[in-house]
Amino acid sequence: MSAILEAAGLTKTFGAVTAAANISVSIEEDTVVGLIGGNGAGKTTFLNLVTGYLKPTSGSVRFLGRDITGMAPRRITRLGICRSFQIPQVFDSLTAFENLLVGLGIVFMGRSAFVGSHLGDATPEAAAEEMLARFRLGDYRDEPVSVLPEGVRKLLDIAMAMAVKPRILLLDEPTSGVSADEKFALMDLVLGAIRADKVTVLFVEHDMDIVRRYTQRILAFYDGKVIADGDPASVLANAEVRRLVVGEGGPGEAPC
Amino acid sequence: MSTFRRTTLGLAIALVALAAAAPLLPRWAMFLVIISLAKGLAALGLLLLMRTGLVSFGQGLYFATGAYAAGVAANSLHVGDAALMVLGGGAAAAGVAALLGLLLARYRAIFFAMLSLAFSMILYGLLVKTPALGSTDGFNVSPRTLLGLSLASGPGRYGIYGVAISSAFGCAVVLDRYLRSYLGRLAPAIRDNELRVEYMGASVRNVVHLNLVVAGALAGFGGAITALAVGHVDPEMAYWTTSGEFVFVAILSGTASVAAPFAGALVLEMLRSFAYEHAPNSWQLVMGAAMLAVILFLPDGLWSVFRRRRRAAT
Amino acid sequence: MGTILAVLVDGVIYASWLFIIAAGLTIVYGVMRILNMAHGSLYALGAYAAASLAGAWLRAGLAPIGTYAMLVLAAGIVGVVVGPLIERGLLRHVYGRDEVVLVLVTYALFLMIEDAVKLVWGVESYFVTEPYGLLGNVELGPLSYPVYSGILVLAALVVGVALRFGIYGTRYGKLLIAVIHDREVSAALGINVNRVYLVTFTLGTMLAALGGALTAPTVSVVPGMGVEVIVLAFAVVVIGGLGSMPGAALGALIVGLVRSASVHFIPQVELFSIYLVMALVLAFRPRGLFVAPEARKI
Repeated sequence: MSAILEAAGLTKTFGAVTAAANISVSIEEDTVVGLIGGNGAGKTTFLNLVTGYLKPTSGSVRFLGRDITGMAPRRITRLGICRSFQIPQVFDSLTAFENLLVGLGIVFMGRSAFVGSHLGDATPEAAAEEMLARFRLGDYRDEPVSVLPEGVRKLLDIAMAMAVKPRILLLDEPTSGVSADEKFALMDLVLGAIRADKVTVLFVEHDMDIVRRYTQRILAFYDGKVIADGDPASVLANAEVRRLVVGEGGPGEAPC
Repeated sequence: MSTFRRTTLGLAIALVALAAAAPLLPRWAMFLVIISLAKGLAALGLLLLMRTGLVSFGQGLYFATGAYAAGVAANSLHVGDAALMVLGGGAAAAGVAALLGLLLARYRAIFFAMLSLAFSMILYGLLVKTPALGSTDGFNVSPRTLLGLSLASGPGRYGIYGVAISSAFGCAVVLDRYLRSYLGRLAPAIRDNELRVEYMGASVRNVVHLNLVVAGALAGFGGAITALAVGHVDPEMAYWTTSGEFVFVAILSGTASVAAPFAGALVLEMLRSFAYEHAPNSWQLVMGAAMLAVILFLPDGLWSVFRRRRRAAT
Repeated sequence: MGTILAVLVDGVIYASWLFIIAAGLTIVYGVMRILNMAHGSLYALGAYAAASLAGAWLRAGLAPIGTYAMLVLAAGIVGVVVGPLIERGLLRHVYGRDEVVLVLVTYALFLMIEDAVKLVWGVESYFVTEPYGLLGNVELGPLSYPVYSGILVLAALVVGVALRFGIYGTRYGKLLIAVIHDREVSAALGINVNRVYLVTFTLGTMLAALGGALTAPTVSVVPGMGVEVIVLAFAVVVIGGLGSMPGAALGALIVGLVRSASVHFIPQVELFSIYLVMALVLAFRPRGLFVAPEARKI
């Protein structure tokens, strides 16, 4: 299987603080990878570096062999790498439908510039309705999103990341802020909605049950470095990971 | 009926009504309508900017540019046609907006407001010290024809009035269409969350730049029309207080509908004429208080009062 | 040589005047995050109050030398009366709203004060020239300057030193700095943020009024005198960096010297040179010359 995303020596320093230290990973296509680690361990920094929000101090990122290091976020989006955010980034004064329409409208206008698109022959409006249905957001269609519950806003954020037909989807803590009994439902819904398109998924997660259930591979971060990389069972059994990330005493929520 | 059709229909009715009223209106009333619609155009530009999340204290710059361009076209280029002068004014203002937008599109919030104010004061300073343009006194502008008809007699007597009402109608309808298009929808998205817009693959700066040019063009049309109606241009049009006037028309009218700035400008202009006669030293006091009331209690402007009532009726 | 000296001296005098006005504007922004468009109106209020007070003093037959005290007193009265009135009566109700909304609120206030001044004092000009001419002139090489200009420079220095000492040297000043950095944390630490806001705005008003009061003897006091001042103050404050006191001083100096140089060498550019500098500074240093970093938001 080919590597769809490759980070080589990715480093980011802010003065005396090293947020990412020499990260080198190779992600294969059509896999689901979990990123775990305590707060400040470098998971979100890694996402920010890959998606162009931050420029690395050194190192490179390659997408399907093409160097995308330091490219602007909008160019990276058009190439097919999309992300959702820890705090849902949505358009508060617009309705759920209008939120999706913004993204699909952008794709429609720039269809020659986007590598993939969810539109096909459909109009942006029709595509927006379809996405509302697929992500079960139909009930919230005409509500301004500022009044919607956090879990719904998160779902919308993820849905917006899917407006482009991305090859890689990066989710930053998709289940945070969602109640414990709804987390699995959310992950089932999201992964079910996208896996048919063979999308590579990387998601940051603190809940080890979620990680264990949905990932085929885990990257464990600590202090800006990747300290473990492998299949879920072995990474979660790794002594260092147990000590620094999971916390002594077994499975469950990470200490932070 | 879609809201676009409804708005367009309403505007069309207003256009027809105003046109039909022309022979009945006394000179002063016609003048008042023209001046109001011209200000309304500048405020319409502000509506677009406010929907994009920007408040400009520099619409006076484009207003003055449009006015002076129309004047220069008339006096130096011997363009006598009113319609050409208005188009030229708008084009000149759009050109300036395109140039300044290269810098302005990078700023937001109060820095944007301050920079736009600074540019407008730069133009003021330039105009005041340019004898060729009349310095502080400005100069007179006299259009002669409109599409071939003489403005001095016959149906051409209503020429500038006709230009004003059709420009207002045309700009309002076109802007409404724009705001409902996929590109126009990016304005409130940018206002709400620029980061997300970038992460959806669009260039925020390019859209802001475009909207700056459109807003500038609208103010330019307004300035040119004012120049024609008043017959005179002067540097005060670029002074920051002129821009301030447009801001308060926009705030009081609200941003809910493209018709709002025109309705608001008309009402305010009528109130101002009344105030000048009866209470010249209290006009700004009342306006300031009204603006405060709107900001504190009716953040969508007075137009939202009508919207609320209509929604309750359905 | 004489011209260079004239440019420098004129520049410093103008800078002193600008600093007194800009200092109040920048400190109000720094602490309260309000860019006060009505600052120019407060300046005008100071000028009118000074004219009235000094005028009354002279009409009472008292010694002209006392008019200086009247100028300062006028500024104090305006500060202490109008400042709390505006802060408590209006601003208190809009804290926490978007910065641009606050600018619009102060713009509405500016409109109201412009008319209030006309209603109270009428539209004729006021004059109070005694303080200006009283102390005569002083020779500086080939140039002659009124001693009054020296008083202006002295006043600016006093204001600058007092503010520096007041903010960095006193306990209350440290509270001010805390609030500038983070309002919520300051409140959580038990600082009475509301009182700090009140004091700050009163101080800002007093300084604006002082600028106006000290200007009154040199011009005719007319309605609308605040309108041009506000944009000059903006230019100074933006150049130096919003909320920075040393920035206000540097900005005042830059604007003062630029204006002075243009008046002497290229009079055509006098009016817009200042705003050109402001635009240039904003173009290259968007936050002004004395900047503060911003934290990551996602």
